[in-house]
Amino acid sequence: MGKIQLTKVRKSFGEVDVIPGIDLTIEDGEFVVFVGPSGCGKSTLLRLIAGLEDTTSGVIDIDGKDATNLPPAKRGLAMVFQSYALYPHMTVRKNIAFPLKMAGMDQAEQEKRVERAAKVLNLSNYLDRRPGQLSGGQRQRVAIGRAIVREPAAFLFDEPLSNLDAALRVGMRQEISELHQSLKTTMIYVTHDQVEAMTMADKIVVLNAGRIEQVGAPLELYNHPKNLFVAGFIGSPKMNFIEGAEAAKHSAHTIGIRPEHITVGDGPWEGVVGLSEHLGSDSFLKVAVDGIGTLTVRAPGEIHAHHGDRVRLAPAGKVHRFDANGLAI
Amino acid sequence: MSTQSSRLAARAMVAPSVVLLLIWMIVPLAMTLYYSFRLYRLLSPDRTGWVGFNNYLWFINSPDFWLALFNTLALVGGVLIITVVLGILIALLIDQPVKGQGFLRILVIAPFFVMPPVAASIWENLFLHPQNGLFSAVARSFGAQPILFLENYPMLSVIGIVSWEWLPFATLILLTALQSLSSEQLEAAEMDGASAFSRFRYIILPHMTRAITVVILIQTIFLLGIFGEIFTTTQGGPGSASTTLPYMIFKQAIAAKDIGRAAAGGIIAVILANIVAYFLMRGLGRNLEN
Repeated sequence: MGKIQLTKVRKSFGEVDVIPGIDLTIEDGEFVVFVGPSGCGKSTLLRLIAGLEDTTSGVIDIDGKDATNLPPAKRGLAMVFQSYALYPHMTVRKNIAFPLKMAGMDQAEQEKRVERAAKVLNLSNYLDRRPGQLSGGQRQRVAIGRAIVREPAAFLFDEPLSNLDAALRVGMRQEISELHQSLKTTMIYVTHDQVEAMTMADKIVVLNAGRIEQVGAPLELYNHPKNLFVAGFIGSPKMNFIEGAEAAKHSAHTIGIRPEHITVGDGPWEGVVGLSEHLGSDSFLKVAVDGIGTLTVRAPGEIHAHHGDRVRLAPAGKVHRFDANGLAI
Repeated sequence: MSTQSSRLAARAMVAPSVVLLLIWMIVPLAMTLYYSFRLYRLLSPDRTGWVGFNNYLWFINSPDFWLALFNTLALVGGVLIITVVLGILIALLIDQPVKGQGFLRILVIAPFFVMPPVAASIWENLFLHPQNGLFSAVARSFGAQPILFLENYPMLSVIGIVSWEWLPFATLILLTALQSLSSEQLEAAEMDGASAFSRFRYIILPHMTRAITVVILIQTIFLLGIFGEIFTTTQGGPGSASTTLPYMIFKQAIAAKDIGRAAAGGIIAVILANIVAYFLMRGLGRNLEN
């Protein structure tokens, strides 16, 4: 149904190669998240798949058919935009029915599908309102409704939650995940938020400067990052990187230790606490360790260490080793 | 503006301009009303007095009145249709990314800076003139007889000239409306399978309704009083074929030097403008709301 295959897809705007060449396979029914810092080309890649941008070279296969030069409407994909892109002068009902109307579907079938989508998305009471009269979360749901009525081969989401407040974002995240569970349709989701990526994805694609750094399941990326970029990008707070003598002990150029893999109390490293943040469930410490540099430590529960205190630290858990080129050993 | 004192202060501060505007409007209106019921001819200044509705009756019964009324409305309606339709098309065209876009836009807007009598003269002498005009040259090059625009189609010629002058205004307003349309909406419509025409019909046109309303309302105000173009080209002729209400008033006031009748015509024009405004606001007013 919704298998998408990219072969050597390249995109340049004039002289600038935004995407130098990407090979990627998205299996049917997968929830794939493109994640990366802003300007890494993840939205461009999504727009290439959608057909809103032309590829400079390379092939995009959808369902085994070459779709590289098909117009967006013919690709059988539906997209949810960051700004929702609802049609402000149409009611919710007409918004959701618009793709069906454009497809020339008969009125009764349109009604049926709109009602069904509205039920799934809890919009039944709002069908005769206009987008301007809805809250952010409701607008988001209308945009999703407009996407699902077409029964597309795959859904494309372009940072759909970035305009919502934090609480709503968590709720919508779950709703989209549940939607994926029930529809079992391929979904491609672009975000810069690694929490969204980690919680929703079957497969994460980490992008940097238009290149794929690593593809894998969320925990695979967390446990076995291929290089320094992925190691630093996945996980919050960021992984600590140590170079020099301490790294040489592990016969590596750089070693990486996640903040949650350092214990406070006893250990080989000693340092002064710079910043301490106490969240109740966790405590974040920034410790200036003698001869190593500043390490971020995430300790569970409450730890009585404050600015200026001397503490001892010990690595407890996996130490990631990287060579001089930043690749994992 | 919540407390009583701040509301009072606001009113006090707005009052001077309101009063000024009121005087500005009420004094000429009152004077026109006054003269419209008076016998007041500049050629016989010694005969004065009240004449009741005689000035109005003369105006309404004059053979040109209904033609002038029709011409006025035809001018307004014709120019509105031409400028709005062409304005939308040109706005769509110059919204496309092309080289020299800025220069192109200045060219499109340029006619608006030409003052009405000059524009009318340019059209009369350089385009419509039966011997020297561009159109007659084109007609002759095809071996056809030049069309005598101002003689045979005076009202259509005036409508054409005024449309040419007002097209830039309409284009400019509609272009800004077009540019405020989010590209994501168009992309969403494209993904939804809408053809170029459907995108125009269901996304672009509804987005522009407010701008179109503004164009229609503002242009109507100015078009009801069009005078210079007629004065420069046809002088209301041949016969009375291109006489409009403002031109008829002008003929009474300046040619016949009958201030009373001209004032009555002015009041009739005011009533006409209000009727037009009423129907416009009823028909289009809701487009201005959110």
